[in-house]
Amino acid sequence: MATRDDTAPLLDVRNLSLDFGSPRGRVHALRDVSLTVPKGRIVGVVGESGCGKSTLASTVIRLLAANADVTAGEIEFEGRDLLRLSEAEMRQLRGRRMSMVFQDPMTALNPVRSIEAQMLDIQYREPGSAEDKRRRAIEMLDKVGIPDPANRLEAYPHQFSGGMRQRICIAMALLVEPALLLADEPTTALDATLEVQIVHLLQRLQQDVGCSIVFVSHHLGTIAELCDDVVVMYAGEVVESGPVRDIFRNPGHPYTQALLACDPGRIREKTRQLPTIPGEVPDLRRVPSGCIFKARCSERHDRCDREAPESHRLESAVAGGEHRAKCHLREPGRSRAAAEVPS
Amino acid sequence: MSAADTDVQKSPGHDAESVRGAGALLQAWRLLRRDQLGMFGLVLVVLMVGSAIFADLIVPYEPSQILVGPRMGPPSWEHWLGTDHLGRDLLSRVVKGGQVAFMVALASLGAALTFGILLGLLAGFGPQWLDNVFLLLFDGVRAFPVIIFGLATVTLMGPSLWTVVFVVAVTSIPIYARIVRTQTQALKNNEFIVAERAMGAGTGRILGVHVLPNVVGPLLILASMDVPLVITTEAGLSFLGMGVRPPTPSWGTLLNDGYNYIRNSPWPVIAGGIPIVITTLGFTFLGEALRDIFDPKLRKDL
Amino acid sequence: MSALLEVENLRVRFRAMSPLRAMATGVKDPFIEAVCGVSFRIGAGETLGLVGESGSGKSTIARTVMGLLQPAEGSIRFDGQDLVGLGRGEFNRVRRNMSMMFQDPVGSLSPRLTIRSLIVEPFKIHGLSDRELDAEAKRLLEMVGLSVDFAGRFPHQLSGGQARRVGVARALALDPKLIIADEPTAGLDVSVQGEVLNLLARLQNDLGLSILIITHNLNVVRHITDRMAIMYLGQFVEHGPTEEIFYHPRHPYTQALLSANPEPDPDAVSSRVEISGEVPSLMNRPAGCEFHTRCPYVQDLCRSEPPALASDSDGRAYTCHFPLQHDRAA
Repeated sequence: MATRDDTAPLLDVRNLSLDFGSPRGRVHALRDVSLTVPKGRIVGVVGESGCGKSTLASTVIRLLAANADVTAGEIEFEGRDLLRLSEAEMRQLRGRRMSMVFQDPMTALNPVRSIEAQMLDIQYREPGSAEDKRRRAIEMLDKVGIPDPANRLEAYPHQFSGGMRQRICIAMALLVEPALLLADEPTTALDATLEVQIVHLLQRLQQDVGCSIVFVSHHLGTIAELCDDVVVMYAGEVVESGPVRDIFRNPGHPYTQALLACDPGRIREKTRQLPTIPGEVPDLRRVPSGCIFKARCSERHDRCDREAPESHRLESAVAGGEHRAKCHLREPGRSRAAAEVPS
Repeated sequence: MSAADTDVQKSPGHDAESVRGAGALLQAWRLLRRDQLGMFGLVLVVLMVGSAIFADLIVPYEPSQILVGPRMGPPSWEHWLGTDHLGRDLLSRVVKGGQVAFMVALASLGAALTFGILLGLLAGFGPQWLDNVFLLLFDGVRAFPVIIFGLATVTLMGPSLWTVVFVVAVTSIPIYARIVRTQTQALKNNEFIVAERAMGAGTGRILGVHVLPNVVGPLLILASMDVPLVITTEAGLSFLGMGVRPPTPSWGTLLNDGYNYIRNSPWPVIAGGIPIVITTLGFTFLGEALRDIFDPKLRKDL
Repeated sequence: MSALLEVENLRVRFRAMSPLRAMATGVKDPFIEAVCGVSFRIGAGETLGLVGESGSGKSTIARTVMGLLQPAEGSIRFDGQDLVGLGRGEFNRVRRNMSMMFQDPVGSLSPRLTIRSLIVEPFKIHGLSDRELDAEAKRLLEMVGLSVDFAGRFPHQLSGGQARRVGVARALALDPKLIIADEPTAGLDVSVQGEVLNLLARLQNDLGLSILIITHNLNVVRHITDRMAIMYLGQFVEHGPTEEIFYHPRHPYTQALLSANPEPDPDAVSSRVEISGEVPSLMNRPAGCEFHTRCPYVQDLCRSEPPALASDSDGRAYTCHFPLQHDRAA
């Protein structure tokens, strides 16, 4: 057992692999995924469709579809392997030590119960009278910026706008002061100006409550602003991870580089020919050999076809930071600006 | 794009949609083969429908021919189900009765589907007031007890096979119409319908080409599960003397005759009841298996 | 110079509640104004971007121009012809020159039709089935860079990017002069957004198309539009040449939108302008300048007086009492 001290990570996902059963064959949605969340830090998981980032979050909190099958790995949280816990033990953790905020605020709340009922419900394991819990709920609603919370408590979800509903969901998630908050694309369904508000809100609350956050998103700008560390995923694998500064200023993996190059916010000159990454995400029922990104990589060479790359450590601009990328070109002993002859 | 992500999480590689379109039947067949109860149901259905279609070829005796055997005789090698009070072979009457049953089912469900779809499409796609009127109509008809309606119709039209067909059709139309209406309303605001309108497609084309194929699926499965209901209704009406006239055999008249002579011999009643039970079981098992195949939410994909 | 599309003082309203309910609750005007007096023009070969968030009315404008909605007031002239009040038959003739792409790439394709049938649908609708439909389908698929194999597939078998291209192909079927693209990059990964935009840019070059782009993504707008208009609660708050607006936004809402899509750089000083609150409900429009409830620079005048339309010399217009004078830190 790892010793529990303040430097131990809050959440340590190690070599997680997960398949989904389907009539056409097993989909290898997560392969050898590792992720570390230190206490009190915000870790961003960024990637595009099919990369498995939402699946990863759902696996940590163990809310998966019936056809999901974890085939390998451990998820260590506060000294216990979450994958070995029974459903009853997981229930003890959910809504207490870890909470989750989902993408769609329209459907995340029960439409036929008042906000008050739902916010009191989530405190069902806490000590205290109903009055205490009600007061706590009102305080929390105030903190997340719901105007006139004492009166709005009796209202129903449909009486709030999307942005307000998402704030209520965040309030509920943080009301129990969890150690870990999982946020699965919480701003994707909201307008851009609302996104700014929610992101700033999360920053403030995170300081307040002191929890760690796993923030899943495809929006690079938000990740850059909010997160301390970043994990980049592609087609079920972690291709790069490290402090946010390293990822955005010195990306080590060709996918990360290409992704950043495609982000229109980064392109300073007006252009009519926007960069793209040609090709498609591979079919995860038949995972190709070698590197998962080989079909779309501009620096692909022979080795990439045969051999899956290891995760190599790179230089980090942050003291003590661990920046890793899964690419043959980053193997120590090669020059950084690897001028390989592409195949 | 996050939709694709969550799709992967919920049921990736699960092409619920692949059950439509090309190769749909083959895919459906493969899935059906795995469902034991469904296959059993299929066997029963094929048996019953087959014997109804080929009734005239397979009956051992002329169904209406009296005194081909002893009166009220028990099952024997010559008469597998025994004979009725007029000495008619019960097996032959059962098989022939199947023809009546399925003809009624086909005619009445066919009519109910046709009008149900038509009215449902109009109610779902048309203006709100039209929808309100139709709903009132549908609910009114459904609130009326079928048997009473049957009695009233028989009084007006006289008892016959077509009376039964009419009663069953009229009472089934509102059910199908409502389903089609709800599905149509759900589709009405889908982007692809709006896109068709933006391209200038008329209501007829939209309903016929774009709405209809998307709403009939569940309807056909429902109809197949309604077959036993229709057959039982026909049997009930015939039992009450409101359906087919003698000497045409129908399962309901068999039950009626048998009921009158039940102290002499149980076999006529059994002969009338068994086919109804078999048909009901068969269609129900098959229908449920088909519904599971075509409803993505109910499939278990491990 | 007459433009291809000229919209003037367009007003579109929706009924918010049934007449009975309005009578019962004493609401005199049970309508919401989705579009309030909007005017713009698009010339041949030009691209105009309509930018706004939810409730801004941009999609409503698109649908009204396409004839799916009837305006309460105002005029729409396309190629010199008045569109308002046209019957369906007459509008269908116009529809040969004007087509639309919808937001949901897969959802806007009828799920049980093959791609080939979907692409040639416009021919069938307009009674042009005497053409060689297979050849047309092939031509259109090639134009958007999809192989002919796609013709036999179904929408659910396509990726988002591929389905988008089918939408473009369908929009091009009858050789239109104007394409209205409703959120062409919505639902697409960043790495493939460029595909659709590059395609539209190339087609515009090759075919001389005009494009009206509806989007909330300013970054997209910047690269592909000549001019743009920012909308809030059904009105233009600023419009003009795209690059100008990007470098010198005049309206605080424009500035907020620009800063909501920041460059992904953790060290960029958080120059994100956070505007408070949410878009007000269309049933409760604020008095004075409608943006004043959220404006970081609000002053007394803003609360009481709606600002008039002001114009700059470089073809820009905006509605703000105290327009921004400084350059945006680009």
